[in-house]
Amino acid sequence: MTKRKITVAVTGLNNIDSPGPGIPVIRGLKDSKEFDFRIIGLSYETMEPGIYMNDLVDKSYQIPLPSAGMEPLLERLRYINYKENIDVVIPNFDAELYNFIKLSSILKNELGISSLLPDIDLFESRHKSKLCEFGEKYDILVPKSKMIFSVNELIDNEKEFEYPMVVKGQYYDASIAATREQAISYFHKISNKWGLPIILQQFVSGTEVNVTALGDGKGNCIGAVPMRKMYITDKGKAWAGITLDDKKLLEISKKTVENLKWAGGCELEYIKSKEGKYYLLEMNPRFPAWVYLANGAGQNHPEAMIKIALGEDVPCFENYEVGKLFIRYSYDLIVDISEFEKIAILGEK
Amino acid sequence: MKLNQNIAVSESGFVFNPTTGDSFTTNFLGKEVIKLLQEGKDGETLYKEIEKKFDVSRNILEKDVEDFKMMLSNYQILEND
Repeated sequence: MTKRKITVAVTGLNNIDSPGPGIPVIRGLKDSKEFDFRIIGLSYETMEPGIYMNDLVDKSYQIPLPSAGMEPLLERLRYINYKENIDVVIPNFDAELYNFIKLSSILKNELGISSLLPDIDLFESRHKSKLCEFGEKYDILVPKSKMIFSVNELIDNEKEFEYPMVVKGQYYDASIAATREQAISYFHKISNKWGLPIILQQFVSGTEVNVTALGDGKGNCIGAVPMRKMYITDKGKAWAGITLDDKKLLEISKKTVENLKWAGGCELEYIKSKEGKYYLLEMNPRFPAWVYLANGAGQNHPEAMIKIALGEDVPCFENYEVGKLFIRYSYDLIVDISEFEKIAILGEK
Repeated sequence: MKLNQNIAVSESGFVFNPTTGDSFTTNFLGKEVIKLLQEGKDGETLYKEIEKKFDVSRNILEKDVEDFKMMLSNYQILEND
């Protein structure tokens, strides 16, 4: 069978110790038996390893940081599309999604670039700071949480949350504070790095379990695979994990994706309490960095996402292999200085 | 108490709980006890089956099996009925 040729632009090429999902997404695409994907890497920094992974990424372009806004991004994508004729774009960073969602109709209508993303209201509704309302609206158990902007507010909320409490950044980072001193220290540390607000969250004791899922935006959960971390780095990232046979977890996750009419990839992070209750800690609006495990277990979510983005009907995955592990590793790429020079000077390679 | 039906036990004594993702290793006797529990054999029936294969006094057997079952319960391999 002749494979269909499709050009896909992918961000999140930072395959580092706290990896972006770009490279695992690309690996899923490269495993496709139906498509012959040409991969265009979109990077923010010259040292993102994916830029130099020539067997996975055919060509890379630097794009402006999300803080630059939509206009510079659109301008850059116009140029890249002129050169590469992109069919689908898969943004993989939380912080860039706002711009890509806002631009999605322009990208589609003007440049012919498809994507599969939630609308902006849905994207905002599952934000960490609004998780309580989100839980109430969609009937999901969530730990109590509150958005704060100052240390005084933290102290004011001590009685309500009690220690230990979780102190979280609005996009990244979370620490468990056992005392007021620790909470204040985490408040400063996280807000210095990621800005305000800070989110205080009730600490729920139990086992962390995660689900990678794909919604088609029409109320169907196309695929979902649950995983438990087996090895965690000092940054709290999974370095190894295993697929689970947890029907209740799967049911809750599918129901969430379906009720939301979620479009695109997502990661649902839960704590399973000793009583067997599942508390949703976060819903990340893109594939997780461990999404390739879903592929290894029999559900190629990135490939299915491309088909949906192209307007094709995709049946729901019925099953996956339980007890499948991923074990991450680090690997030194040897790169000629001229390769680095191209991306540093020309912004493309 | 009954054995979690999803539990997978290999010939080598590798025990995998697919619901939690936990895995354990057990020796030959542990594997034998789990196998019997999986077959629905417990209490007196289980002791008699073990006694057929192992030279062990009843007191020690009962204590060891109960300790082992307690461990299985802690690891969610044995569940409440």
